[in-house]
Amino acid sequence: MAQKTGTKSTTGKVRRVIVVGGGLAGLTTVIELCEAGVPVDLFSLVPVKRSHSVCAQGGINASVNTKGEGDSPRIHLEETVYGGDFLANQPPVKGMADAAPGIVYMLDRMGVPFNRTSEGLLDFRRFGGTLFHRTAFAGATTGQQLLYALDEQVRRYETVEVEDEKGIRLRGERMVRKFELWDFLSIVRDGTGRCVGVVAQDLKSMEVRAFPGDAVCIATGGPGIVFGRSTNSVINTGTAAAAVYRQGACYANGEFIQVHPTAIPGADKLRLISESARGEGGRVWVPKDAKEKRRGRDVPERDRDYFLEAKYPGYGNLVPRDIASRELFNKCFHEGLGVYNPKTRANEHEVYLDLTHMPKEVLRSKLAGILEIYEKFVGEDPYENPMKVFPAVHYSMGGLWVDFERRADGGLVRGSPRNQATNIEGLYAAGEVDYQYHGANRLGANSLLSCIYAGLECGPAMASYRSSMPSSAFDVASSVFDKAEERERKAYEAILALNGDENPYALHKELGEVMLRDCTIERHNGTLDAVLAKIDELEDRQADVGVTDTSAHANQGAQFVRHLANMLVLARVIAQGARARDESRGGHYKLDFEKRDDSAWLRTTLAMHDGVAEGRSQVRYVRGFDYALLGATVAVTDAVDVSLVKPRVRKYEAAGAASAAATGKI
Amino acid sequence: MSEDAAKSPRTERTIRLEILRQDGPGQPESKRWESFDVPWHPQMNVISALMQIQRNPVTAEGKKVAPVVWESVCLEEVCGACTMLVNGRVRQSCTALVDQISPEGEPIKLAPMTKFPLVRDLIVDRSRMFDDLKKVKAWIDLDGSHDLGPGPRQSQGNQDEAYPLSRCMTCGCCLEACPQVSASSSFIGPAAINQVRLFNLHPSGKMHAGERLEALMGEGGIADCGKAQNCVDVCPKEIPLVDSIAEVSRQTTRHLFFGWLLR
Repeated sequence: MAQKTGTKSTTGKVRRVIVVGGGLAGLTTVIELCEAGVPVDLFSLVPVKRSHSVCAQGGINASVNTKGEGDSPRIHLEETVYGGDFLANQPPVKGMADAAPGIVYMLDRMGVPFNRTSEGLLDFRRFGGTLFHRTAFAGATTGQQLLYALDEQVRRYETVEVEDEKGIRLRGERMVRKFELWDFLSIVRDGTGRCVGVVAQDLKSMEVRAFPGDAVCIATGGPGIVFGRSTNSVINTGTAAAAVYRQGACYANGEFIQVHPTAIPGADKLRLISESARGEGGRVWVPKDAKEKRRGRDVPERDRDYFLEAKYPGYGNLVPRDIASRELFNKCFHEGLGVYNPKTRANEHEVYLDLTHMPKEVLRSKLAGILEIYEKFVGEDPYENPMKVFPAVHYSMGGLWVDFERRADGGLVRGSPRNQATNIEGLYAAGEVDYQYHGANRLGANSLLSCIYAGLECGPAMASYRSSMPSSAFDVASSVFDKAEERERKAYEAILALNGDENPYALHKELGEVMLRDCTIERHNGTLDAVLAKIDELEDRQADVGVTDTSAHANQGAQFVRHLANMLVLARVIAQGARARDESRGGHYKLDFEKRDDSAWLRTTLAMHDGVAEGRSQVRYVRGFDYALLGATVAVTDAVDVSLVKPRVRKYEAAGAASAAATGKI
Repeated sequence: MSEDAAKSPRTERTIRLEILRQDGPGQPESKRWESFDVPWHPQMNVISALMQIQRNPVTAEGKKVAPVVWESVCLEEVCGACTMLVNGRVRQSCTALVDQISPEGEPIKLAPMTKFPLVRDLIVDRSRMFDDLKKVKAWIDLDGSHDLGPGPRQSQGNQDEAYPLSRCMTCGCCLEACPQVSASSSFIGPAAINQVRLFNLHPSGKMHAGERLEALMGEGGIADCGKAQNCVDVCPKEIPLVDSIAEVSRQTTRHLFFGWLLR
């Protein structure tokens, strides 16, 4: 029985688990595993310090109530599920809201340079979907600061030696081994279907190698690059999520994609201007006159239309992102009132985001990070001129389906092997790549929180799975790993041999254009059919790709061919899910079905990969499934657990709509 | 100027990139300059120019070649990945706007950093920087992630000092520009020294200040700084690196003379 709970397998190998992805969720999972005494192999596409979490700007939510406004985790829970249009399972959201103050304190103890109050306490600012000051922040580069703090803790574990169950140190065996600049290819499954490791590729030497792991966590972030340009980093292709989906993992609520209202248009990327700009007092407006020729700062107050404040007097500029994005889109596309450009003699798809009325020292202390981005990329001074912004794809609420085990009081059973577990035994997921915490629309500053909270639950879940598993992955026959490695090596060689006429980067551009235009803020069944036809076409043309690079070293071209195939698979899950869901809910909005329809659609979209027919990936949507975990069978349905906050219609026009408890207190 | 050009009938305006390439670490014989002409577009930066080469990897002479490889992640100068020499100056290529660095359409020269082992084309291996962070113990010695209540109270003044230091992206600019950093020296460089200042500033980090200082007192440590002050010039985040080196230098001196007394 030593192999069950012990540090070593029966064959004498140190029993490690694997975490793929080194952003906030992955790093937190690693830290939790190390604290539980479980050694980890950490794989990342990039040095973990460069993970996409670094881009998060505004802050992290926690109902600490520093300002004495009467905020509480209960209100945080209510506002989060209301903001998510009641599609999120509520127990995990409750767990997250309850844990939030402790998480922020932990980060504070790790040395995150959060902004402070005059008493030396953590300062909090406002964010969307709430009236409370609930968001802790470190300037306007909070994600960077959080990522660095977690990165430092994981680096510390790289220097710590593994101890066996008797407390004896194993020489040369470190708690964390990093495999940075490795691309995840697939999981390894044993004869019973359990996930017992991964196959990955070294992006420098291009070596393909299988690694055993008692459990595997996918923490690889979102799929923003499926939309071509977005606020996401170029590495966010969703390739790992797509790969495990193709291997049988369920993908949930894929159609829920968040479009952030305020980004800077750009040719290579749409750069985010954080919601914290509005949280600190920034105002969104357009000139009342569609042909207004004066520069933004010269337009007097009476000629400005502060359209969010006018329509939503309660929440004003801080309505949730799905609503703000739709209002901006309306102004620019339907009403033609985007900022007029005298040079092109057209109304651009841009509105003003104005901070010029704010004291400069406040801006410098609290928002310098984002204002610097605006200044560097646009070449205009945002302290003096209103910024010009437009919505951009930002976040995926959907992702790999994961389970949870709820307590009677609605929170989660900590350490349950079901928490963050996918439907493949031994495979876990945490962070943006999971679907769990945001329902149909995520509130600002809840993503850093959900990533860390998911990691806090995922680590203990994997540790208890590992100590209960009947046999270690390190005792699985080596032929299982050899076979998986051989399969992936052949797949890679097949890519290198592609010599057709299509350029994979050009195909990606076409995919992104269609997805961005027809599968974001406003959706129509007719255009979604066209999107799906386009995906068919691109999958067909993909067969005729020519790899532009055959180098045996740092071959990015061949790697991209693989990512493109996976992006097409995810694009179909997203578009087909959107086509099927005939209602409007949160970030999913159909003009022809303007109302939320709880009787038909208060349910999770569960997508299963159904093989490939004539080169095209097939999606099967299911209403439920069973999955195996440690000898038991867990039955899953698409019903949403709404036991804590009763669903009601969203109405942000009135202050306090998101939480009755908040009304009248601010 | 840029917007006029956008409207001009001469839509075929192109930008020339001259790129220093090499196929792999052990292949100095493959080192070469290659030129590419790519169509200009508004708000173009070096990365979007390189992306166009990916879509059409053909040199100015019309030769089909392997696309140029480079590292990039965030494209908003917060991850540090895309550092390279742009017209001889070390910087992030995402913020290298074509209209600014080539106002008259001058060719843009791109080369990999020289102080790190080359991987391929514009990619170098900066893993030594992450290893150095281990050497100086650039972390807080946390008791655990469990809920132990709030951290130590700190003034906003402390945050004002710490936050700029904490924005280091490990991008490598300061090491590339430092004359003391070379293949023949073991100088740890400004980035890691700045981290020592950051953690020694923190109320809990202070408790282990001595260990960090000792890591900087041997060969390749802080005494190897030649005070050229190039680091502070090239730091994209304007981190006061020279101040950090001076401050940590004072701390090591104090530790050297009085450290044993304070133990």
